[in-house]
Amino acid sequence: MRGRYLPVAAFAGLIVAIQMATHFTGSGYHLTQLTMSAYYSLLAIGLCLLVGYAGQISIGHAGFFAIGGYITALLTTHDLSSHQGLALGWLAKVGVLSSRTGLYGGHLLTLHPWAACLVAIVATVGVAYAIGGPVLKLKGHYLAMATLGFGTIVYRIVLGSPLVGGADGLSEVPPFVLLPGLEVSSQASLRVQNYYLAWGLVIGGMMLLLNLIHSRTGRALSAIHGAEDAADAMGIPTARYKLNTFVLSAAYAGLAGVLLTHFNGGIGPSEASIMKSVRYVAIVAIGGMANLWGALLMSLLLNYLSLRGYFGTYDDAVFGGILILIMLFAPEGLLRRQLFGELRNLFSRDAAEEAP
Amino acid sequence: MGLNSDLFFQYVVAGITYGTIYAVVAIGFNIIYNATGIINFAQGEFVMLGGMTAVTLSRFLPLPVAILGAVAVTTVIGAVIEILFIRWLRGPSVLRMIIITIGVSILVREVALHVWGESIRALPYFTGTSVTSIKMGNVYISPQVLWVVGVSAVAVVALSAFFNYTMLGRQMRACAANRDAARLCGISAKNMVTLSFMLSAGIGALGGCIVSPITYVQYDSGTPLAIKGFTVAILGGLGNSAAAVGAGMILGILESFSIWVLPAAYKEVISISLLLLILFIRPSGIFGSAEASRLKEF
Amino acid sequence: MNLLSVRGVSKRFGGLQAVEDVSFDVLQGAIKGLIGPNGAGKTTLFNLITGFLRPDRGSIVFDGADVQGLAPHQIAARGMVRTFQQIRLFPKMTALENIMVGCHLHTRGGFLAGMLHLPFTWREERRTREKAGEILGFLGLSEVADEEAIRLSYGQQRVVELGRALACEPRILLLDEPAAGLNIRETAEVGTLIGRIRDRGVTVLLVEHDMSLIMDISDEIVVLNCGQKIAEDAPLAIQRDGEVIRIYLGEGDA
Repeated sequence: MRGRYLPVAAFAGLIVAIQMATHFTGSGYHLTQLTMSAYYSLLAIGLCLLVGYAGQISIGHAGFFAIGGYITALLTTHDLSSHQGLALGWLAKVGVLSSRTGLYGGHLLTLHPWAACLVAIVATVGVAYAIGGPVLKLKGHYLAMATLGFGTIVYRIVLGSPLVGGADGLSEVPPFVLLPGLEVSSQASLRVQNYYLAWGLVIGGMMLLLNLIHSRTGRALSAIHGAEDAADAMGIPTARYKLNTFVLSAAYAGLAGVLLTHFNGGIGPSEASIMKSVRYVAIVAIGGMANLWGALLMSLLLNYLSLRGYFGTYDDAVFGGILILIMLFAPEGLLRRQLFGELRNLFSRDAAEEAP
Repeated sequence: MGLNSDLFFQYVVAGITYGTIYAVVAIGFNIIYNATGIINFAQGEFVMLGGMTAVTLSRFLPLPVAILGAVAVTTVIGAVIEILFIRWLRGPSVLRMIIITIGVSILVREVALHVWGESIRALPYFTGTSVTSIKMGNVYISPQVLWVVGVSAVAVVALSAFFNYTMLGRQMRACAANRDAARLCGISAKNMVTLSFMLSAGIGALGGCIVSPITYVQYDSGTPLAIKGFTVAILGGLGNSAAAVGAGMILGILESFSIWVLPAAYKEVISISLLLLILFIRPSGIFGSAEASRLKEF
Repeated sequence: MNLLSVRGVSKRFGGLQAVEDVSFDVLQGAIKGLIGPNGAGKTTLFNLITGFLRPDRGSIVFDGADVQGLAPHQIAARGMVRTFQQIRLFPKMTALENIMVGCHLHTRGGFLAGMLHLPFTWREERRTREKAGEILGFLGLSEVADEEAIRLSYGQQRVVELGRALACEPRILLLDEPAAGLNIRETAEVGTLIGRIRDRGVTVLLVEHDMSLIMDISDEIVVLNCGQKIAEDAPLAIQRDGEVIRIYLGEGDA
């Protein structure tokens, strides 16, 4: 059982090694993209659980990311100073308001990031519960289309609503102050902290998911994925478990949205686009569908490369191409379990042929 | 905001125009679905390709030739897509097929982006200009609308004749109904699949050409059309092309009148909400049966 | 005491009346057989009893309570567990893990407990593993515990599926053609196994095409044809029933 956490330690080591490398080569600015990758990876591992273990496709997960990000952005930038009334007084008393000076010197009264984060997560989870029930009753193409439709609805709503900035999105989102001196923001001096904060969160989230898939529930999810009616016949409440998995993966996505928005200081409608959703599915697919580590590593790599602009204007094409190639030639992903067995066979066969 | 009869009629005309195109896309979905059980997420891209290619060709060819050329080119592309990505798969899972066609859709879109850029194109109006109008009764409509409805109607009738009265069409229907039995009769299932992609691409391209003067085409006009086309296909019952026509009208008019209630930016929210509603409540559509809604095997 | 009572159950699919007004009882501790030609409606009946299909009419009473209309997992939770005609083992899991899934009903840990790896789950996991191991031992398959279930021989897979159902600690087991595809020796072994299962106190209702097996181990047999029950009696009487002979051998010059 302890062996389960060995890869976690190894991965943590990798994260530290990367940071050290950037420190010694003076390329600390890479940490920004690496930190953004971390938040996208949080979404990726949640999606991997849903697609790989529970066997439910979702091509609309960017929608949950956007719900989380936009709500926190809205609540922490919407000025409440002009409002009066009981509700406001109560909010102030509970301590969820924060005031600061705006960009142009004016006085700004908004919800504190903690409160905004809570509302955002609750909203994301709420939406997931609401649509998850009916959506997960669908199969195959219908399920894919429904999730595609959900993602598109979110995209259209944020794109077309002046309240959340329309095509320009929301900006000037304040940092998320966790402790004095520790905040989620893009301030250069806090780069290293933010890097470790983000990846620490991802590692924590990873451990939770690893625990889950090795537990009784994880076994039930595999059973549902493997043979749903047999799982039903064994007394597993498949509909409820699928819904819970869906909501859990949505929560991961929403949290990623909240934190990345505070890190970037803003959010735009492109975060809700279908292309993003497809990108996340591509990452899970290439990582091996039912392979949390695969999804994590691929997310780290591909998001970093994409954010640093290595794919240029072919960004979307790269992910689309990856998706097709994987589905055509390696539907189990690149880092699948059988791979090691196959490689071993490959090498042992060569050795056998060389022997006299 | 009062609704006088003129405005009402304009909404209806707009609804019928867009509805016709949605129906054309839906028919494209149905052709491939009937032959293979696959839902081709790249269907919308065929429409986009038809329009964009026609615009490019019309620079140095007369309009009718340009349109025919665009349909031909897109048909060939449809065949190429099938041969490259679909033909040689052995018993793929539904998930795999979905993702492959999504990937194809993205690739086609990206290629279009690099060939034509982000500019918005349109064919010239077939007769007259954007302000020409014909008087019908006591209302005015653009002749292009008549072209859209007319050409679509001819295409649908031609397709129907093809499937019912020609040998090839009947072979395709046989393949759709029972693949193994058809194979035993010597019908090549592989070729039927390719043919279905070609037909689907062709009719999609035709639709793209006739509607582009009104709606314009852009490298990414494909996906929203695919979603709406799928909605119409489901509404009428997946695989049922006759019902798709009626369902297209319903969606088109619903969308058109939605401006009354919601800002125009949310038009797509209407059609998708309708899609979700249908999927949740009655996935077999208005005319389908509950058994038919169980998805076919590839 | 009747553990299971099926009363007037009917189901229609479009133009086909798959099951029509079928009624019978299963005594606690008995082994009841269900036979009939192909298409007689046996699997449909199983689906109706175990919640995979909803009956148009009729009632299904299990252990004194109405269960028609309940979801399959709820029915399994009450103690009525079924196997499938085509083997439905969980791919990518070992034989042991497949059986561990059967223990799901009698353990607790949910999503939160799983994610946080709470201490009570450690004990539960250990006990689940032990229990699954015991069942494999009872079935005589301990050596293949860690083999991927779908790589086992067909006969072994059938037995693993049986073990998985046993892990649910059922009051009644509904077996859908447990000997399908097995040779004579394996079929006899399945017969012995079912007997041992009954000795452990589990009631059995089974569908089978292998006449020697079902005549051998059943206390009583129900015969279905075209969705209707045409006979219900002891095996010897069924074998002599003219109507039963007719539907299997056809109208002859007898």
